[in-house]
Amino acid sequence: MPKDSGIGASTKRREDVRFLTGRGRYTDDINLRGQAYVHFLRSDVAHGTLKGVDTSAAEAMPGVIRIFTGADFEGVGGLPCGWQITDRQGNPMQEPPHPVLAQGKVRHVGDPIAAVVADSFEEARDAAEAIEVDIEELPAVVDMKAALADGAPKVHDDLSSNLCYDWGFVEDNRQAVDDAIKGAHHVTTLELVNQRLAPNAMEPRVAIGDYAGHNDESTLYTTSQNPHVIRLLMGAFVLGIPEHKLRVIAPDVGGGFGSKIFHYAEEAFCTFAAKQLKRPVKWTSTRTEAFMSDAQGRDHVTKVELALDAEGNFLAYRTDTLANMGAYLSTFSTSVPTWLHGTLAAGNYKTPLIYVNVKAVFTNTVPVDAYRGAGRPEATYQLERVIDKAAREMGIDPVELRRRNFITEFPYATPVAVEYDTGDYAATLDKALEIADWDSFDKRAEESAKKGLWRGRGINTYIEACGIAPSALVGQLGARAGLYESATVRVNATGGLVVMTGSHSHGQGHETAFPQVIAEMIGIDANMVEIVHGDTANTPMGMGTYGSRSIAVGGSAMVRATEKIIAKAKKIAAHLMEASDADIELKDGAFTVAGTDKSVAWGDVTLAAYVPHNYPLEDIEPGLEETAFYDPSNFTYPAGAYICEVEVDPETGKVTVDRFAAADDFGNVINPMIVEGQVHGGLAQGLGQALLENCVYDENGQLLSATYMDYAMPRADDLPSYRVDHSCQTPCTHNPLGVKGCGEAGAIGSPPAVVNAVVDALQRGGKDITHIDMPLSPGRVWAAMNV
Amino acid sequence: MHNFELVKPTTIADAVQALSGEDAQPLGGGQTLIPTMKQRLAAPARLVSTLGIAEMQGVCTDDHGRICIGGATTHASVTAETASTFPGLSGLAAKIGDPAVRNRGTIGGSVANNDPAACYPAACLATGATIVTDKREIAADDFFQGMFATPLEEGELITEIKFPVPQASNYQKFEQPASRFALVGVFVARFGDGVRVGVTGASEDGVFRWSAAEEALSGNFSAEAVSGLSLPAEGMIGDLHGSPDYRAHLVKVLTGRAVTAAS
Repeated sequence: MPKDSGIGASTKRREDVRFLTGRGRYTDDINLRGQAYVHFLRSDVAHGTLKGVDTSAAEAMPGVIRIFTGADFEGVGGLPCGWQITDRQGNPMQEPPHPVLAQGKVRHVGDPIAAVVADSFEEARDAAEAIEVDIEELPAVVDMKAALADGAPKVHDDLSSNLCYDWGFVEDNRQAVDDAIKGAHHVTTLELVNQRLAPNAMEPRVAIGDYAGHNDESTLYTTSQNPHVIRLLMGAFVLGIPEHKLRVIAPDVGGGFGSKIFHYAEEAFCTFAAKQLKRPVKWTSTRTEAFMSDAQGRDHVTKVELALDAEGNFLAYRTDTLANMGAYLSTFSTSVPTWLHGTLAAGNYKTPLIYVNVKAVFTNTVPVDAYRGAGRPEATYQLERVIDKAAREMGIDPVELRRRNFITEFPYATPVAVEYDTGDYAATLDKALEIADWDSFDKRAEESAKKGLWRGRGINTYIEACGIAPSALVGQLGARAGLYESATVRVNATGGLVVMTGSHSHGQGHETAFPQVIAEMIGIDANMVEIVHGDTANTPMGMGTYGSRSIAVGGSAMVRATEKIIAKAKKIAAHLMEASDADIELKDGAFTVAGTDKSVAWGDVTLAAYVPHNYPLEDIEPGLEETAFYDPSNFTYPAGAYICEVEVDPETGKVTVDRFAAADDFGNVINPMIVEGQVHGGLAQGLGQALLENCVYDENGQLLSATYMDYAMPRADDLPSYRVDHSCQTPCTHNPLGVKGCGEAGAIGSPPAVVNAVVDALQRGGKDITHIDMPLSPGRVWAAMNV
Repeated sequence: MHNFELVKPTTIADAVQALSGEDAQPLGGGQTLIPTMKQRLAAPARLVSTLGIAEMQGVCTDDHGRICIGGATTHASVTAETASTFPGLSGLAAKIGDPAVRNRGTIGGSVANNDPAACYPAACLATGATIVTDKREIAADDFFQGMFATPLEEGELITEIKFPVPQASNYQKFEQPASRFALVGVFVARFGDGVRVGVTGASEDGVFRWSAAEEALSGNFSAEAVSGLSLPAEGMIGDLHGSPDYRAHLVKVLTGRAVTAAS
């Protein structure tokens, strides 16, 4: 019988009742008395000198309250970058200012030039059309290689070039890797593009600024994955508001995929304008604005080299990447191609020598930052594509080649500075082969052939790193933040609990999964536990939700706080039963004295804590509320094996994903149903990247894929029915729950499996094609077949 | 969106009267016009809805055996009402957009817009349909004048479209991955006196007839008849989703598939 509560139960998501019945409370559902609306006039050219902004005609338009331009933000701070990278020479990266509204120049299509605040949204839009902007257009830099060429137009005039940094990792390995590649029996080389993606959360971004004159307090309602981070960044770096006078509230958040981690100009603007105007100011992004202003993802161009000996053992691995930063440094942009990417270059393999070079480049495009997986999908794609190519070149079975090079002993210190605590890569590989019906492929290929289709299969094994930590290490690496998590557990007199967590759900199901942990620890019903998150006024300082960190880091903080609660409750129980607290056991919601039939219920103890008539007041304080901050000692390392089977129509190039198997090792699993849902969502995004999605600029920096007419999102009928398994479990060794994190795995592990499968299908069809850049749209596949 | 006036006439005469005002535009299901207005790319002062006009609704057969479809008939109605009488057209209508689009969008609105990737124009050309307006009748061969271009005058309203029913027909649509409009769509219609082939989505000049294929198929109505043909890539659309070469190739592939499906 499956459990119906506690750890390991597929408890249905309690938050879905409100989400599915239209009763969620998202930021746009909030409307404040007297609220005004802002519309941002955005640049329609990618690069230009801002010679003048004439707002006089617009100011006379009906309903207009005030129009702000970059001049209003002189002396105000700019949007900060949260991670400083040190380059190969030991110098800090080039870090340009990022004003709230453009000053002097516009640097990408969508760069905000002016903000019209009016009584209604439509009046603000009408007035924006009457603003006269004088821009002297400059040549745009879009292509990264062109941006680095001598004499290229500079995105930021005050920087020496468009190079943000040239990073080498591990720099000391550089020469040894070069030598190993030169002397190797076989070297496989691949050049590939990990294309730019638009994040496309279902809920567009929204910000509402509010100001209370009576206590000089500002409040920002925003669509954020991490309200405390926004409070710190906006308060300290942009607006100069101390944290005790600034409250940030992120209510229900409808998806983020990373794009709602970052601090955006619109948040700072609404908070700033509300104080100036003494009126709430609201901004709701349109979908078109989202394409021009939400930080985008990926956009790496990479040359990969893998050196092997005659038996197929990996000897050395080298990657050279150009990573697009866009026009400004978004909050965590600089960490993505470096520490979130280079540290995963070993994958699941015991390659002894690895060197990763990354040049981060400014271009006249929307800023790029973390997007589901953030650096790890790029690392996995490079490695797993080049392994597949090497297997073909050397005539070794791709499954066997991977197996031969697997890391099998743990803990394992990679040559790229991380230590994998635990894993069993052969187990997930075997499980994937089993659920994919690997051995009966030939039969299915025959069926496909009868329909005139070419069937192919692709395999990918991946590792990912979740819950980036510890804070002391990331500080050394340049992070301007800590990466702990917090929880306050408050037990009420009648026994119910409220957990105030620094994690914040944007769809993950924390309100269901977190209580399952406490229910297990105390032995009570999960419905006795309520989760509070998303409001800096009633949660402890926390770092929020991204990088698949919530259960591993936030959940661990909650466990630590609950352990303190239980320890104190045991003292109370010992007092009530006149026993030693060392003899008290807690099970099924009752405290007992070991070896006796004495027992007090959970509720008796909690009541005693708040009605301390019979209470050890000389030893402990009344009340039952504890806070813990948890700073992990290491990342967690989920891993798995994914297998994709496709059919390719040789006449049209159309690829159909016929089946997809995912075997993941997430360590211990709190709620298998939620985990499965996370994998499904990740696979949809990964298949979207592999086959459909592409954010494209023309040579002038105009965004060609600015609407859903041209940006292809995956739809249900683009996806197969997945075969998902997470029964292979090697628990994390360094967090109290033994959990690893599952949110990004699907998006990390699936693109290489799809591309490997398509290349395999084309090879089986007699086409000597070794690589096609994503997305593998029909037009691209056909073009590859017909060069 | 800018403000506008919405008029809901119940007769063609009242609609024509309402359309004579300044900046007035007919509104079918609004599946193209309303998004365009929301993006502020169009700002008509008055919209004249055709949906309440009973004489522009539904499907019937005239004395010449033609299928006559009222201009305000939705794609979903066309799908249902031509399923047995003109399955080629029914199949085309069933693949337009998604259920919401098919239950709102109208045949008259689609044909009047002449989007180069719309489906209906291919069927109109391939069957030699007649586009009926409040003023006149226009042969399909004269109606589609290039991307978004038609002979419709200001305020002129498509009231009906008359389709000669082919002996056999089929529409093959290859979807653009993002919009799911036709990247290329081919309608093949076989009549007693020959075969016509209407191609949408492919050409920079909008929907067109592939005359070489018509000739070949009129002699031999089989996929092999077109397999040796090649359509020049010149003048084909090239964009994010397919090159001119690819579109020209797809025209041939889809024509063959339509012939096979219709045979």
